[in-house]
Amino acid sequence: MPSFDTIIIGAGPNGLAAAYRLATKGAKVLLLEAGAIAGGGANGLAHLSYNLDPRVLSEMGLPKLGLAWADSELATTALSPDGKHLRLEGALAERISGEVSAADRKAWAALRGRLLRFAKVLSPLNQMTPPRIAKGADTPLFKLGMIGLKARIMGAKNFRELGRILLTNVFDLLEDEISDPRLKGALAFDAVLGGWAGPRSPNSVLPWLVRLSGQTLGVQGAIGLPKGGMAAIGAVMVKAVADKGVELRCNARVARILVEGEKVAGVMLEGGEDLRADRVVSSLAPKTTLLSLVGARHLDAGMTTRARHQKSRGGAARLSLVLKALPDFMGANPKDRLVIAGSDRDVELAFNPVKYGRVPERPALEIVIPTAHEPAKDGMHRVSIVAQFAPHAPADREAARKAMLAACLSQLETHAPGIGKLVTSAEILMPYDIEDQFGLPGGNWHAGELSVEQMLFLRPMPGIAQYKGPVPGLWLASAGCHPGGGISGSAGWNAALAMEAAE
Amino acid sequence: MTAMTLRHYETPLLKTPFHPRTEALNKLWAWGNWGGYTTVLSFDDLAMEHSAIRNSASVYDLCPMIKYRIEGPDATAFLDRLTIRNVAKLSVGGVQYTVWANDAGHMLDDGTLFRLEANRYRLCCQERHLNWLSDSAFGFDVVITEETEDIAALSVQGPTSAEILRIAGFDVSALKPFRMAEFPLGKGRLMISRTGFTGDLGYELWTTPDQALPLWDLLFEAGKLHGIRAIGSEALNMARLEAGLIITGIDFTPADVCLREDRLRSPLEMGLGWMIDWQKGHFTGKAALMAQRDVGMKWSFVGLEIGGNISAEGAILYHNKKTEAGVITGAIWSPVLKKNIALAQVLTKYADGANIWAEIYALRELHYEKMMMQAHVIDRPFFVHDRRRATPPGKF
Repeated sequence: MPSFDTIIIGAGPNGLAAAYRLATKGAKVLLLEAGAIAGGGANGLAHLSYNLDPRVLSEMGLPKLGLAWADSELATTALSPDGKHLRLEGALAERISGEVSAADRKAWAALRGRLLRFAKVLSPLNQMTPPRIAKGADTPLFKLGMIGLKARIMGAKNFRELGRILLTNVFDLLEDEISDPRLKGALAFDAVLGGWAGPRSPNSVLPWLVRLSGQTLGVQGAIGLPKGGMAAIGAVMVKAVADKGVELRCNARVARILVEGEKVAGVMLEGGEDLRADRVVSSLAPKTTLLSLVGARHLDAGMTTRARHQKSRGGAARLSLVLKALPDFMGANPKDRLVIAGSDRDVELAFNPVKYGRVPERPALEIVIPTAHEPAKDGMHRVSIVAQFAPHAPADREAARKAMLAACLSQLETHAPGIGKLVTSAEILMPYDIEDQFGLPGGNWHAGELSVEQMLFLRPMPGIAQYKGPVPGLWLASAGCHPGGGISGSAGWNAALAMEAAE
Repeated sequence: MTAMTLRHYETPLLKTPFHPRTEALNKLWAWGNWGGYTTVLSFDDLAMEHSAIRNSASVYDLCPMIKYRIEGPDATAFLDRLTIRNVAKLSVGGVQYTVWANDAGHMLDDGTLFRLEANRYRLCCQERHLNWLSDSAFGFDVVITEETEDIAALSVQGPTSAEILRIAGFDVSALKPFRMAEFPLGKGRLMISRTGFTGDLGYELWTTPDQALPLWDLLFEAGKLHGIRAIGSEALNMARLEAGLIITGIDFTPADVCLREDRLRSPLEMGLGWMIDWQKGHFTGKAALMAQRDVGMKWSFVGLEIGGNISAEGAILYHNKKTEAGVITGAIWSPVLKKNIALAQVLTKYADGANIWAEIYALRELHYEKMMMQAHVIDRPFFVHDRRRATPPGKF
């Protein structure tokens, strides 16, 4: 039996990124995946790319291994039921076509510039181990200082503006500047994608800035659609780790992490098989890793409580439709990312019922039609939709699932009359289904809400913010760690760097 | 005990099941608030109450002590993770003095742990900890019940205590220190443990509130020729200082209520490192305590003998009469030892006790006289007597 010095749990983007980095530095890595194929959230959860880590892209050589883009700067069409759509082209709506007042165009250009600039100033945070407040913690003061300096170099006016908006909410920010409800709706929807927050929720701007710090092919704020869909990213990452000698085992669900003599000793698979290694890296959600795989008796009581209390509520449902023909969203380009958000107010109204475990009447939708880019062999069209918001813990899961599907189809029918008759199959994943399928607590995309109180030194929770787990030999490399989720690989890469630094 | 009326807020202090008896004896009407209960500070004569602890027998109402019942298949594993000692080594019928700390290794409380059955324990302590215990119970098959009000408890301490219990019908002669035994009492049960807070021969009696008054009367009838006497908290405090025992909230500030970071204390810093079982596996705070053990601790806890006869309560300690070196957390002039003794938190670098001085202010007819008295670090307990451990106890 081959021996490994490192076992990585979970072959999602973070597990794959960590595996690659560690293997290039000489580690003998066994990568365990519970599912039948590797890729994690790239297989059926995420449908667009907005923050693939440039280190992962280039150092893993993903383009050479075949990663190509159907569109690396996808345009967005903000749909209107009367057909008066807005087309937002370029990264973060650089150009707008459609009926928008000159004043709004000017105001948006200025606000867009500020948002991208602020996000860029903050972006180096994504590629570093977060600071910790504790005495003696290895805090990257120089890097933090550089970020602070760059923020200050923007000038007093911009620095003050960053301070003003950093902890405010998206609704107020947009209302201060823009009046067009469609534009505000599309932007507000983008800002709260994947979060458990409405535009009016406190601190909703910062997660938006985090989102905007991502890039596609070097263009900040650009949204990409890979050829072959998001699963292609997972597939090329698998090739990359295989080239480095990482052994990948699928259908290998870890039942628990073995702790012996108060150190990590390996893992036990669900079938009872023991796999030994002195280092175990979990790219599963920190909550799951600590509470289910390690277990309370190997952890301090306070740490256990913090893990239990870490907020992880998902607010997005995932809808997959198969259509007999290409739907017509009143003339919108089917290759675009189509957004049904109505207005900023509508997005907020879609969040309200979710707070109380109920389904919204008019959820906001992000629609991608991959078959408009690459036709399917069967001639059918696939429509992939993220629907916000959906309750993560409704009283009746089955009823909520049905109601959510009906609400989504009704929204679609309003914006693409006749689409209902084209549907041959419809599958919806509620946040709790996402939890079951992808192991994300509460169905939250970030494996723990990415909100101000759970960022940086507070992510995933105080005391373990630097990827090093609370048991010697255990490392956390999950989206639940800094800097959060998306198909980025950032947390995995950062974790690998932290492991190297600790050696 | 907690029969609440709509006007309960007008009398916020609760009364213990022994209140009818303690009230009748409380000639000085000196009452204090202990954990929300009306408790006696001193009945009639402090010197005689202390004397009863060391020369005959004392009875102290223990009801306000916080008690938890911890039971279930994982009770031992839970307690091993909670506390710093090895609970698995505690046999059924045994009692363990113990400590628990938070993740940072800072002390939350100390207390006594009674192993009632293989999977059933009672934890007695000074402060309320249901939230910490409940949080700690996550992942363990264990049920924790606060049972403070379900139990009436008395502490019977002193050289004649065993004899009085024998006359009362409870033969405890074979009971070794930190062991317990059960007896029938009226329609209920009485559990007697050879434990106490005096450093003397003594027992703690545990029963249900309905048996409280009959038990009191039985003891006082049995002890009338053996010098039995009710004592208040002031006399007990003298005895516990002579025994060198600490009280949570007095000798250290518990971590869950401590506001100032530099006031937090670990078991190592409180002189309780001997209890830590480093080999038993993980427990809460272990990593932090190991780090402190390796680096060394800033504070130490020591016993002091101080010159003169004025109690050094609350005095600041100085090194070489100049540099602040610590603070005295409890002090008395001991009537038994005829010495001025104290417990103190001292900076470890001064804990060898060389050149340490206590700044004492004696109030003499409305004028303070300031004295710098030399303090010597001495071993605790200050008061030691063979009868504390002798089994069977001596006859009187």
